[in-house]
Amino acid sequence: MQYLCLIYQDESALQNRSKADLDAMYAEYVDFTDDVKRAGRLVGSNRLQPVRTAATVRVRDGSVVATDGPFAETKEQLGGYYLIEARDLNEAIQTAARIPSARFGSVEVRPVWDVRV
Amino acid sequence: MEAERQNSAGAVESIRDTIDAVYRNESRRVLATLIRLLGDFDRAEEALADAFRAALEQWPRDGVPDNPRAWLVSTGRFKALDALRRRKRLQPLPDDINERLAAEDGDPASLDGEAVGDDRLRLIFTCCHPALAPEAQVALTLREVCSLTTEEIGRAFLVPAPTLAQRIVRAKAKIKSARIPYEVPGRADLAERLDAVLRVVYLVFNEGYSASSGTAVTRHDLSSEAIRLGRLLTELLPEPEAIGLLALMLLHESRRAARSTADGELVLLDAQDRSLWDRDQIAEGSTLVERALASRVFGPYTVQAAIAAVHANSPTADATDWARIVALYDVLLSAERSPVVELNRAVAVAMCDGPAAGLALIDGLMSGGELSSYHLAHAARADLCRRLGRTSEARAAYRRALALTQQTPERRFLERRLAELK
Repeated sequence: MQYLCLIYQDESALQNRSKADLDAMYAEYVDFTDDVKRAGRLVGSNRLQPVRTAATVRVRDGSVVATDGPFAETKEQLGGYYLIEARDLNEAIQTAARIPSARFGSVEVRPVWDVRV
Repeated sequence: MEAERQNSAGAVESIRDTIDAVYRNESRRVLATLIRLLGDFDRAEEALADAFRAALEQWPRDGVPDNPRAWLVSTGRFKALDALRRRKRLQPLPDDINERLAAEDGDPASLDGEAVGDDRLRLIFTCCHPALAPEAQVALTLREVCSLTTEEIGRAFLVPAPTLAQRIVRAKAKIKSARIPYEVPGRADLAERLDAVLRVVYLVFNEGYSASSGTAVTRHDLSSEAIRLGRLLTELLPEPEAIGLLALMLLHESRRAARSTADGELVLLDAQDRSLWDRDQIAEGSTLVERALASRVFGPYTVQAAIAAVHANSPTADATDWARIVALYDVLLSAERSPVVELNRAVAVAMCDGPAAGLALIDGLMSGGELSSYHLAHAARADLCRRLGRTSEARAAYRRALALTQQTPERRFLERRLAELK
């Protein structure tokens, strides 16, 4: 079963961290990603550009309305994701807990809707 | 002829009683195993009902089987698989069901005592999974593990039954769609997951022990369900904190008869008639505390139970070993700072070193602001002011406490104290 792990963290707090700090975190991310990949559990993953680059799109009465910024203004912002394969929610939670940002931000774990054709 | 018919009517009657007794004693075990075998709460509940329906038909005719539990499990499983096969002709089934159909013959070991005990633990850990909303954990545990009806749970928690039923339906849907596994957590997660289970048990107990609102001080049924759950847990998984929690509940429960007067008025610990305390529960609770403390890996429930044991084993309020209680509160606070625990410690210090010492601590705590809307903090402050003869301050604090509490017996108690201040 697939689970999407959505990584939320405070972007501004991230910007205020030292370069050494950030480098250490990126190294951890590389290790974690390699680990999940080697275990054959990685379906896909990406880091996202900061929310200031976001646009929110709605179609109302047939016309497209695009606005600046994310869908919801929150204290923590979506910064990236991992799509993983896991046996069950417990295994997904264990994997998500190893995502470096889980220690200061939060990771939302969502089972992917299973559409059988 | 007539006598024979009456005899056989009597026999049928007694088999009905047997089935009732089997239902009371075994239905949760059977359900727990059926959930594992069928992989689905709703399917297992249907199968359980079908199995008992079959028992009502067959046992009066064929006699009660040697092992009723095993009979019910295999009958329930057979009925469920039969229903699935019939449905299969109409629509394709998900993969896991095919696997289960293939494994139909099953492993006889999966029905022996140990595996069934594990099933009950699986059920408890699944119902108390941290990914479920806390109120859903409570509702699901009472429904599935304790077999309370949604009406009973609703009445106990003052929540309409349909709201409760919906919580349970949502929780079951989440177990299925997020694939929350039916398993006892491994060593690495056990402590944390056990904490979640104990939290649910203690919440049920407290809801029964001191109803957060309404007119009755205690709601006995929930407390006894919580104690039953505590016993089940210590039997299946004798971890120190599970033992400590059971001890804590028993020691609190031992004071039930003394906690309120016949007309429902609240009686505080120091004014309680100690001859009303339940000696058996105190003896059992005290033994359990010793056992948990001896493990040296106990936690906050055990320490709270140790505090309750000091009170329970003290012949009079004046003879209470307050110094030991203060020391135990220090142990509790060294694990986790909590303003409510600090408040309790301050009250114990007041008993030990006099009201002025306690009041100084409470004032320090309340200046931090965290306890300013906690009615018991104002009530404790009022009591200490009263004992120091600071009447107007005491009166103001009782009024503040009154304004903050909803519970009728507590309000009456505070009103009485206020009226006594002259």
